[in-house]
Amino acid sequence: MAKLQKVSAGSRVFDFFNYFLLTLIALVTILPFIHVVGSSFATSAEIARTKFLLFPTEFSLNAYEYIFSTDTIFRALGVSIIVTVGGTLWSMLFSTLTAYGLSRKDLVGRRAINFMIVFTLLFNGGMIPTFLVVQQTGLLNSLWALVVPVTINAFNMIILRSFFMNIPESLEESAKIDGANDFSILFRIVLPISLPAIATISLFYAVTYWNTYMHAILYLSDADKWPVQVLLRQIVVLASGMNYDSESFTDVPPPETTIKMATIVVATVPVLLVYPFLQKYFAKGALLGSVKG
Amino acid sequence: METSTMSAREEAKQLKKMKRSETWRRIKKNKMIYLMILPGLLYFLIYKYLPMYGLVISFQDYKPYKGIAGSEWVGLEHFERLFTSSEFWMIFKNTLMLFGLQVFIFFPIPIILSLMLNEVRHSFFKRSVQTLVYIPHFMSWVVIVSISYVMLTLDGGIVNAVLETLGLQPINFLLNDEWFRPMYIIQVIWREAGWGTIIFLAAITAVDPSLYEAARMDGANRFRQMWHITLPAIRSVIIVLLILKIGDVLELGFEHVYLLLNSSNRNVAEIFDTYVYVAGLQQGQFSYSTAVGFFKGIVGLIMVIFANWLAKRFNEEGIY
Repeated sequence: MAKLQKVSAGSRVFDFFNYFLLTLIALVTILPFIHVVGSSFATSAEIARTKFLLFPTEFSLNAYEYIFSTDTIFRALGVSIIVTVGGTLWSMLFSTLTAYGLSRKDLVGRRAINFMIVFTLLFNGGMIPTFLVVQQTGLLNSLWALVVPVTINAFNMIILRSFFMNIPESLEESAKIDGANDFSILFRIVLPISLPAIATISLFYAVTYWNTYMHAILYLSDADKWPVQVLLRQIVVLASGMNYDSESFTDVPPPETTIKMATIVVATVPVLLVYPFLQKYFAKGALLGSVKG
Repeated sequence: METSTMSAREEAKQLKKMKRSETWRRIKKNKMIYLMILPGLLYFLIYKYLPMYGLVISFQDYKPYKGIAGSEWVGLEHFERLFTSSEFWMIFKNTLMLFGLQVFIFFPIPIILSLMLNEVRHSFFKRSVQTLVYIPHFMSWVVIVSISYVMLTLDGGIVNAVLETLGLQPINFLLNDEWFRPMYIIQVIWREAGWGTIIFLAAITAVDPSLYEAARMDGANRFRQMWHITLPAIRSVIIVLLILKIGDVLELGFEHVYLLLNSSNRNVAEIFDTYVYVAGLQQGQFSYSTAVGFFKGIVGLIMVIFANWLAKRFNEEGIY
């Protein structure tokens, strides 16, 4: 229909600037990543020579060979993978059960429980009391500390719940007449038709677990339990001597630029790999759009 | 039933009884559902509500080996110390400044961006731009800050190389306290502006296309259509998000600020969260730092309630 209409000159100028600006915004957003990836594959000599490097002319894997020559990064990646996979399964299990339970409109006490959960978004005990609970529940310095204290993200649970609430009740009722119990209704009927929502929320959890940093520095004291984000921080920021904590100051010379770049890439790549899947699901928009407040 | 002989009072009693048994019946019918939500409920009780109870240590001289029951009560001593401390106003000001940047600089950007995206007619172009600008949201703060560090460092960073080429003096962005706030807000924009458009774009899809048609007939140009149709249509979403933002007044991102913090920018970068971390976990002042966190939490709660009340006064739907 738009094609049939006469496009005014003003409208064309508008379009030109709009497309131009959006292209610029997209480029500015993405160029830092390209710069980092490009530099990580460059030789140190080229980095010193070329100031604005995006694509290296001499391709080199030296930086990657170097960071993978010790087992530090393997250990950190291993921790991150365990926490991401295990944590996502753990969180999805409990989020789904809670969300489904609370999506049932005939549940007595549903409003009170909902309020109790939403209230935790408005007020919480804060860092120190939470730390003390984590300590008292025996999680300190264990990888469980990265998972159990964040079992359910209230926002994610609410998204799932509103998705489940939109499923026609007749589906569940007919299964009930056939003698199915609530668990089999959830796992055999509700979950299979909720796959887009399940996939989206799983990916949200997975990204959060992969990116975990704060809980690691709060709850883990052994360096060999650190996930990849903490290692990245050590290599890029602390090694530059710009650290806040004086005790972690090192006399080790800062690593070469290419090594920092390569570490950033290693910490980023898994997220970029799942990104197309994320994009596919949330592009549907309806899911997130249906959540109010 | 012999309702005609029953007094009104008895009738009410009977009704209540029936209601109660009906409630019981519903609870019993759903016992498996209760079993399902039990683990989730326990999680919230242990890791969200127990810490709220733990806030009582801000009125104590908490000693880990004595526990909450055995520690001495000191009343408001820690709060007095906080409010009379010379650091308090510095932290308060820093927190307020970052909040101001979030509300006045960051907040409008996703709205403008989604209005721009909404005007794009080629869906391939639109989707490509969206795909690219969403990416940084999925990067951790460590990655965002690390990339900034390698780009901004004096030691071969690309930004200082550009400045040099332009004949300008290199700037030590990372250790310069004047550059902390711009760096903070630029990183927030870089990471969140694209992602922030999702909710506005979803709201825009609900706009009736015939409104644009009518506006065009009346000779409204694209800017006027944006201003008079699209923007009012997403007004309530904007207000809800603004309330949430105001409620988050003190949630400026511990990770982000902590990663940028160093001894030379501390005078502008120290906020309540980082202060709690350093005082509590690095220096072991559990009670004092809990008091600081408690103060922060209360202010945040008051701000949400206030923002919600404000929205209702302007005849908008609140968030609760």
